[in-house]
Amino acid sequence: MNSLSVKHLIGIKDITEKDIELIFSTADNFKSIINRPIKKVPSLRDVTIANVFFENSTRTRISFELAERRLSADVLNFAASSSSVKKGETLIDTVNNILAMKVDMIVMRHPSPGACSFLAKHVNSIIVNAGDGTHEHPTQALLDAYSIREKYGEVKGKKVAIVGDILHSRVALSNIFCLQKLGAEVVVCGPPTLIPKHIGALGVRVEYDLMKTLEWCDVANMLRIQMERQDIKYFPSLREYSMQYGLNKERLNSLNKKITIMHPGPINRGVEITSDVADSKQSIILDQVENGVAIRMAILYLLAAKSE
Amino acid sequence: MKKKQLLSSQDLELTLDRLCHQLIENHDTFKDTVIIGLQPRGIYLARRLHKKIVALTKNPNIQLGELDATFYRDDYRKRSPVIPKAMNMNFIIEDKNVVLVDDVLHTGRTIRAGLDSLLDFGRPKKVELLVLIDRRFSRHLPIQPDYVGKRVDTIISQNVKAEWQETEGNDRVWLILNDEL
Repeated sequence: MNSLSVKHLIGIKDITEKDIELIFSTADNFKSIINRPIKKVPSLRDVTIANVFFENSTRTRISFELAERRLSADVLNFAASSSSVKKGETLIDTVNNILAMKVDMIVMRHPSPGACSFLAKHVNSIIVNAGDGTHEHPTQALLDAYSIREKYGEVKGKKVAIVGDILHSRVALSNIFCLQKLGAEVVVCGPPTLIPKHIGALGVRVEYDLMKTLEWCDVANMLRIQMERQDIKYFPSLREYSMQYGLNKERLNSLNKKITIMHPGPINRGVEITSDVADSKQSIILDQVENGVAIRMAILYLLAAKSE
Repeated sequence: MKKKQLLSSQDLELTLDRLCHQLIENHDTFKDTVIIGLQPRGIYLARRLHKKIVALTKNPNIQLGELDATFYRDDYRKRSPVIPKAMNMNFIIEDKNVVLVDDVLHTGRTIRAGLDSLLDFGRPKKVELLVLIDRRFSRHLPIQPDYVGKRVDTIISQNVKAEWQETEGNDRVWLILNDEL
């Protein structure tokens, strides 16, 4: 009944609409907890969680760590860049060594798509995906949808545009799955070189014109250009990208409605979004960050219950 | 499954009236006292008492809170997770007298969780416990009520259920006997 249908959170693709609703209603409670003077509950005091990060991260790692600490879990932080991974240890060995020290859950970010589901198959622990390469970033998608729900009351029937580097974005893929499960309409927009070839098969519409997209949507989720994943040139220059697909105040004001602006961070100010838009009243970027802690608390709380 | 009625709707009305008078005896006009119902089932009792006390003391400003202690339970991970009910604590309990209200007191574990949860909202001057039904001799923790509707002797396989007009359509309290044992 009141529990998730999955043992791990690998991707939004594996979970049901009911799971998402359960996570949201649990997150509502945690949101009120993190807004009171004592922001902590003792629910996971007997659980140890390792945050295993093979890729850089600020928001996600801090957000997970805060969520864990606010549930009173013991937290272990592991950054691959300063570990024995550099000496040639395999992923399974690394994780099994961590688990041998009696760790109950693993939160992992990894540059290779599928790393989390690989791990879930080969080690005996609860795995939470904090982003695996260009595959999925489920907690980000959940907090994005939760922020839309908070702003509009529900996600169903909302028109959401995801703009930017769709090809390299795990946020885009998870968002598409999540928003569609909740009944929203999704359009992806970006330069043709940064739109995956068969993305239409997921049931999303592809649009190449930013202004048309903005006219259509209720919410625009602006993605960062992921330079670190681009080994070839996908567009002539950042300046040209910004002129075609960057969101600025002028464009925002020329619309005859007020749309909501989201961004998963980190922002490259002046590229996909200008400062005056990112800091405007229409932007809910910092609400997304706040909701991230509540959503992650809900996920950890619900998954931890499955370990016994 | 057999069940036996412990309190009829008339009995319940009398008991609630008595509890209200006892509370007023100790807390006068409720100037520095708040009533807090424990989710999920204590809130109906708390709402009832609050309504009666407001009418009796003619003080419309008595604070009523609803507290959920799910995250503080000690049996988490020993059974399927309980999803918390809405919390409603829109006042300050610092230096207040708190009357904690629940329908049935059994092992005392829920009250223990409730106390922990309550203390995370501040430091009350004093906390008292009011329960409708006290299942004697079944405590796992040293917790005793200050106000009791009715004391009953039960064994662990039995169950006590308070039904409310708001939820079941009738005010009644049942002792449910598990005849398999």
